[in-house]
Amino acid sequence: MMGSENNHIQESSREQMEIPILNEDDGSNDDVSTSKSYSNYCSAMTTLSSSSEHPLLTPPSIATNPASSDPLLFPSHDPFPESPSYADVIISPLEDSPTVSSDGDGGSDDVHRKLRVSPRSQLEGSEYLRITVSDPKKEVESSNSFVPGGNSYVTYLITTNTNIHEYRGSDFRVRRRFRDVIMLADRLSEGYKGYFVPIRPDKSVMESQVMQKQEFVEQRRVALEKYLRRLVMHPVIKKSNELKEFLTVEGRMPSSARTDVASNLLDGMMALPKQLLGESRSVIESQDAVEPAKGRRDLLSLFKELKQSVVHDWGRSRPPVEEEDKELLEKKEKLHYLEQQLTNASKQAESLVKAQEDMGDTMGELGLAFIKLTKFENDHAILNTQRVRAADMKNVATAAVKASRLYRALNAQTVKHLDTLHEYMGLILSVHSAFSDRSSALSTIQTLTSELSSLHSRAAKHETTSSKNFGGDNSRIHKLEELKESIRVTEDAKRRAIRDYEQIKDNNRSEMKRLDSERQADFVNMLKGFVTNQVLFLFKAYC
Amino acid sequence: MNALQRSGSDSMAQSPRSPTSQAPYLTVSVTDPAKMGNGVQAYISYKVITKTNFPEYQGPEKIVIRRYSDFVWLRDRLFEKYKGIFIPPLPEKSTVEKFRFSAEFIEMRRQALDVFVNRVASHHELQQSEDLRTFLLEDEQTMERERSQETGIFKKKPADFMQIFKDVQSKVSDVVLGKEKPVEESNPEYEKQKNYIFQLEDHLAEAQKHAYRLVKRHRELGQSLSDFGKAVKLLGTCEGNSLGKAFSELGAKSEMLSIKLQREAHHLLMSFEEPLKDYVRAVQSIKATIAERAIAFRNHCELAETIKFKEIDLNKLRLTRSEKLADAEREYEQLKADGKESKRKFETIVKLMNQEIARFQEQKTIDMGVAFHEFAKGQANLAKSIAEAWRSLLPKLEACSFFVQNPDA
Repeated sequence: MMGSENNHIQESSREQMEIPILNEDDGSNDDVSTSKSYSNYCSAMTTLSSSSEHPLLTPPSIATNPASSDPLLFPSHDPFPESPSYADVIISPLEDSPTVSSDGDGGSDDVHRKLRVSPRSQLEGSEYLRITVSDPKKEVESSNSFVPGGNSYVTYLITTNTNIHEYRGSDFRVRRRFRDVIMLADRLSEGYKGYFVPIRPDKSVMESQVMQKQEFVEQRRVALEKYLRRLVMHPVIKKSNELKEFLTVEGRMPSSARTDVASNLLDGMMALPKQLLGESRSVIESQDAVEPAKGRRDLLSLFKELKQSVVHDWGRSRPPVEEEDKELLEKKEKLHYLEQQLTNASKQAESLVKAQEDMGDTMGELGLAFIKLTKFENDHAILNTQRVRAADMKNVATAAVKASRLYRALNAQTVKHLDTLHEYMGLILSVHSAFSDRSSALSTIQTLTSELSSLHSRAAKHETTSSKNFGGDNSRIHKLEELKESIRVTEDAKRRAIRDYEQIKDNNRSEMKRLDSERQADFVNMLKGFVTNQVLFLFKAYC
Repeated sequence: MNALQRSGSDSMAQSPRSPTSQAPYLTVSVTDPAKMGNGVQAYISYKVITKTNFPEYQGPEKIVIRRYSDFVWLRDRLFEKYKGIFIPPLPEKSTVEKFRFSAEFIEMRRQALDVFVNRVASHHELQQSEDLRTFLLEDEQTMERERSQETGIFKKKPADFMQIFKDVQSKVSDVVLGKEKPVEESNPEYEKQKNYIFQLEDHLAEAQKHAYRLVKRHRELGQSLSDFGKAVKLLGTCEGNSLGKAFSELGAKSEMLSIKLQREAHHLLMSFEEPLKDYVRAVQSIKATIAERAIAFRNHCELAETIKFKEIDLNKLRLTRSEKLADAEREYEQLKADGKESKRKFETIVKLMNQEIARFQEQKTIDMGVAFHEFAKGQANLAKSIAEAWRSLLPKLEACSFFVQNPDA
C-alpha cells in the first residue's frame, strides 16, 4: 500500500515539500469564493435552487427564491452567505505569515507557496544525488551456490543522477542484488565506526517460493530505495568510496563467503529486536583480527545471551565496559527516553490515521446512501417542495462523498508527514550501533592494556630469574626477546586502538550534533506539514 | 418535530390570558427524566407539562408524571381507536439498555417521547382524543389503573398483526403455493403507495445505519486525537525551548479538538441520526396502518360473502316457508347492518389514509430538510473551528522553524 507512494514521498520530503493540491479536478485552487461547485457543505446549505434539477451546473448564487423557499430553513440560512468571506479569511492570514526560506521558486502566486515547508537539504547547498530503484528481474545463478536456498535471485536496476564532483559523471545505471546491498552495509559499518550509519533493510529468512512473490519483491524494492536514499542523506557516507562503487561500477559485485554465512546466521535471529542485532554485528566486526571459526563460536554464544536479555538493553548483557564519560551516559539516557516517546507517538499517529480513514469511509457510505434516498424521493415526489428538498439533500450528500475522497488524500499526506517519527526510530538504531562501536573500541583498549601489563610482569619475572643465573640460558634469553617483541607489538596495537577509539569518540560527537540539529529541523517540518495539511483539507472539504 | 415545537411555541407567544381572541393551542413538553426504583424494578419517570386553551382541559397548564409504559398505553389506545391515521411512533422498548440507563440513552428517549406526544397533540383528530386527555391530566394512580386494565384485551393483537403483515408482503408466494388467493384490494394507486412505503423504509434504514456509524466515527476520531495529543506532548519533553513548546502546543490543540469532536458526535446523534431513526419508526407505523386497512378490507369482503350466502339461504327458507325464516331474517338484517358498518370502517380508513399520506409527505419534507441542514451546519462549523485551531498554530511553527534554522539569530 505504501509502495509506490514512497518513491515520491522520499523524494519530495528532501526537496520541495509542496503542500499538494488535494482536489484533482478543480482547475484552480486560489479562487474558492467563486467556486462553481455546490459540492461542499457551506454552499449546499445555502442553496434553495428550486427550478433546477441539476444544481451542480447552475451558476453560484445564494438563491433566494421565495416561491418555493422553505420558510423554516430560509431564516436560518442567513449566517451562511458569509461562507465566501470565510474563504477569504482563511487565506489572508497565511499570506501574511513570515516565510523563512527564500527558495528559488518558480514565482507562482499560489497561496501554497507560502505554506511550503522548507527542508534542511535546501540549505546545504546545491549538491544532489538522486537514486531510483526499479525493474526487478529474476536471474539464475549459473554456478552451484554454497548457500542453501536455491539458485535464482532478483536483481534491481539502480539509477543514479548526481552532480557531486567525486562521482565524475552525472548518470549511472547498475544492476544489483540484495546480497550486494548487504555487503555494502557491512563495509560501511566496518569503515565508518562511530558514525550513525543507517540500518540496512531486513534480509528475511526465505525460501525460493517467497522470493518470487510479487509483493515481496516490491516491498524489498521500496526498502532498498529508502535505504539508499538514507545513505545519500548522510553527509559523510554520501561521498564514501564504498557507496560510490556500489552505485557506479557496472557488472557483478564480488561476494564474500564469510559474510554470507555470518550474515545468514545473523539474519536468522530476525525475531530479535533490531537494536540487539546492531550491537551484535559490531561485536563480530571488532573481532576481525580473529579467525572466522572463533568468530562463529562467539556468535553462537552471543546468540544465547541475546535471547535472554531484555529488549531495550543498552549493552548491559555484555561484561560492563567502564565508561567514565558522564556525558555519554546522559546522552544515552536521553536517547532512550526519546526512543520511547517516538514509539508511543508513532503508535498514536497510526491510530489517528486509521480513525481518519474510517471517518472518510463512513462519510462516503453515508453520502452514497443519501444520494440513493434522494433519487428515490425525487422519483416518487408528489409535491414540489419535495423535489426542492431532494435537490438540497443531494447537495449535502455530494458534499459528503467529496469530503470522503479528500479524507483519503488527507491521510496519504498525514502518513507522509508522520513518517518522520518512523525515520527517527530507525535512526536511533544507528545510534545504538555507533555507541556500541565505541564500547567495543574501549573494550579492545582495555583488553590490550591488561595483556600488556601481564606481558610486562612476565618479562620482569624473566629478568629477575635470569639475572640470578649468571651466564644465562640461551632459551631464557630467547624467551625474553620474544616477550619484549610481544610487548612492542602489543604497545603498537594499543596505540592504534587508542587512536581508533578517539576517532570513534569524535565521530560520535559530531554525529550527535548533526542529529540534534537535523532532528529539530525535521520535527518542525513534520509539525508544520501536519498542521498545514489539516487546515488545507478542512478548508477544501467543508468551505 | 422541531417544526411542530416551533409552531407550537409561536402561538404560545401570545398571552394565555386572552382565551377568546386566540387560536386554540395544545403544547406538551416531556422533561426532567428521573430514575426511580431499584434494580430490576428501576424505571425512568418524566415530567409531562401541558399548556393549552382547549376548553376540555379545564385550565391553562397541567403537570403530571409519566413513565414509558404510560406512553405505550396511549399509543395502543390511539391505534385501536383511530384506524387509518398514522399514529406517531414511540422509541423502542429496550430490554438491555434499560438496565444501564446511560445519560445519552435517557436523553434520546426523552426527545423521542417529546416528539411523539407533540405530534399527537398537533394532529387535528388525535388531539381530540379522550385517551390523550387522560394521559395528560390524570394523576399517576389513575394512570396506573388504566394501564393495567388494558393489558388483557390487546394481548392477541401482535400475532394477528404479524399474520396480516405477512399477507400484505408475500401475496405472491401464497399464489405460487396454491393457497387460497388472499383477499386484497386491487387499487393500482394504493399499490404504488404501498410500494413506496416499503422501499422508503429500506432507504431510510440504510441512511440511519450509516448516520449512526458516522456518530461513532466522530467519537473514535476524537479519542485518537486526544491520545495523539498526549503522545505529542510527551515527545515534546525530549526537545528544548522553542521546539518543545511547539510540540506541547500542538498536543494541547489536539486534545482540545478531541473535545469538539465529541460534542459534534452528540449533536450529530440528536439532530441527525435520531430524526432519521424516528422516520424509520414512522414508516413502520404506517405499515401497521396498512395492515389495519388490509384487515378492514378482508372483513368487509368476508361479510359481503357471508351476506350473499345468507341471502341465498333466506330465499330457500322463504320458498319452503320454514319456521326458521323469522330467525333467519333477523340474522340477515343483523348481517346487513354489520356489513354496512364494516364498509363504513373500511372507507373511513381509506379516506383517512389518503389525507395522512399527504400530511406525512409534507411533514417528512420539512423534518428531513431540517435534519440535513443540521448535519451540514454541524459539519461546516466543526470543520471551521478545527481549521481555525490548527491555523492558529502556524505562526508559532513558522517562528520555531526560523529559530531552528538560525540558532544564532
